[in-house]
Amino acid sequence: MSDVSIRDLGKAFPKDDGTVTQALADVNLDIQDQEFICMVGPSGCGKTTLLRIIAGLETPTAGEVTVDGNAVIGPDPKRGMVFQEYSLFPWRRVIDNVAFGLEMKGVGKEERRKTADHYIDMVGLSQFRNAYPFELSGGMRQRVAIARALANDPDVLLMDEPFGALDAQTRNRMQRELLSLWAGTKQTIVFVTHSVDEAVYLADRIVVLSQRPGTVREIISIPWSRPRDRTSAEFAEVRRRVLDMINETETSQ
Amino acid sequence: MKNFPERSGRNPSSGRDRRNRIMNRKTQKRTLGIAALVTVAVIWQVIAEYVVGRSFILPSVTDVAGAFADLLTSGTLFADIIVSLEHFGIGLIAALLLGVPVGILMGWFRVADFILDPIIEILRPIPPLAWIPFAIIWFGLTTQAAGFMIFIGAFFPILTATYSAFRTIPKVFVEAGKVLGCNTSFELIRYVALPAAIPAIASGIRIAMGVGWMCLVGAEMFGVSKYGLGYQLWHNFYLHQMPNVVVYMLILGFTGLIIDRVFRNYVDGQLLRWHAGEVA
Repeated sequence: MSDVSIRDLGKAFPKDDGTVTQALADVNLDIQDQEFICMVGPSGCGKTTLLRIIAGLETPTAGEVTVDGNAVIGPDPKRGMVFQEYSLFPWRRVIDNVAFGLEMKGVGKEERRKTADHYIDMVGLSQFRNAYPFELSGGMRQRVAIARALANDPDVLLMDEPFGALDAQTRNRMQRELLSLWAGTKQTIVFVTHSVDEAVYLADRIVVLSQRPGTVREIISIPWSRPRDRTSAEFAEVRRRVLDMINETETSQ
Repeated sequence: MKNFPERSGRNPSSGRDRRNRIMNRKTQKRTLGIAALVTVAVIWQVIAEYVVGRSFILPSVTDVAGAFADLLTSGTLFADIIVSLEHFGIGLIAALLLGVPVGILMGWFRVADFILDPIIEILRPIPPLAWIPFAIIWFGLTTQAAGFMIFIGAFFPILTATYSAFRTIPKVFVEAGKVLGCNTSFELIRYVALPAAIPAIASGIRIAMGVGWMCLVGAEMFGVSKYGLGYQLWHNFYLHQMPNVVVYMLILGFTGLIIDRVFRNYVDGQLLRWHAGEVA
């Protein structure tokens, strides 16, 4: 049971000359439990900032985010995060990376490794459980990062362009795998991407943000069943609509 | 299965040839290295014996070898090494116990940085050997005084390495730690920042050991104990036993080298498992 509610949210970053950069303004968004949301928008529109505020890594300068009615005041393992950069701890083996959150909760070694193994298995990396991150490819690292976030059994999974650094084929495979994982775990997912194709493939609803200061420009529901056919006419149609929207906001400034 | 020519068609002897070439490189390196050392020893011997002609000005190789044999049989050599290692150990451990925590404090908490940085910046440029008078006044001519000197030399490299390692920890590791449930600075330092900083701290320790070893000689020269390699070096100079001085010089060099190698092998063995590339 995890719905995320974003109310009148604003974020301003102070600049060196004393003025501020308004990154986000008046963002209102309700995300339902078990919903897969993708956020897209022109570069610099603050989509990553919005995600980081939901994670509790940034504090808003106006408004608030609530999860199940509780205001977000800081990071919490209940809100898992997968970063764009490789964020695995290089000094820990895959198994101990995935078990990290449980270790912080004080779960015993035996039990946390058992749980970690389960999630490593889910992302198909059982044979790499004892490998160090530097031995893994980019796609594998992000799969471990997803397993690490899931091992905490979060209510909400926040993903910040997690496949942005991967090549196109790996990326498509990761999207398929993420959907099949999600079909089993059914977390609420907020997924930031700059790839409209990715958003149309994954999301229940696509949130299009406007140019800075970012605000919700449009929300597009995609009711189709999964897996979706990227080459279908309707897919192309939605993709074009979203792209037009982003281009419009980009050129209007 | 398609056979790739470079696999199936490989000349069976080519792998061995390559290995042989590598082996030859290794033997070549070793032979040339030994040849160079022998050449230098011969030139040294010739100059010492036929050009200089006075063992006091330049002891010859054979003088030094004889002195080494005498020192071995007289028995203090081993005790001297032990005493020096004891001084070194005291100083290095003290430097670690203080340098790492202060470096963490300054690297992690900005207020600690603001408070401690001016103090450190004033003390750091003072050459370690300038502390010798106070080392003697505070500790007397004791093991602790020598240890203190090594501490002064080793402390700052360890501190600055820890500090800068903590300042440059990738933000994403700290944030990952936070979202995964590290609630306190202590947890973030213990489980994220410190492990991430270990390779850089290890490099700092290596530098610190080099500086500490130099300070050891300085401290022992001032006679803080009746043994120790530095003490003996200076003592034999007073006795005009220059071949003995050369023996102690060489032993100081070798011991320093061995300490460095042992540490480096240990660190590499521990860290290379996760840290690709050269560590310390």
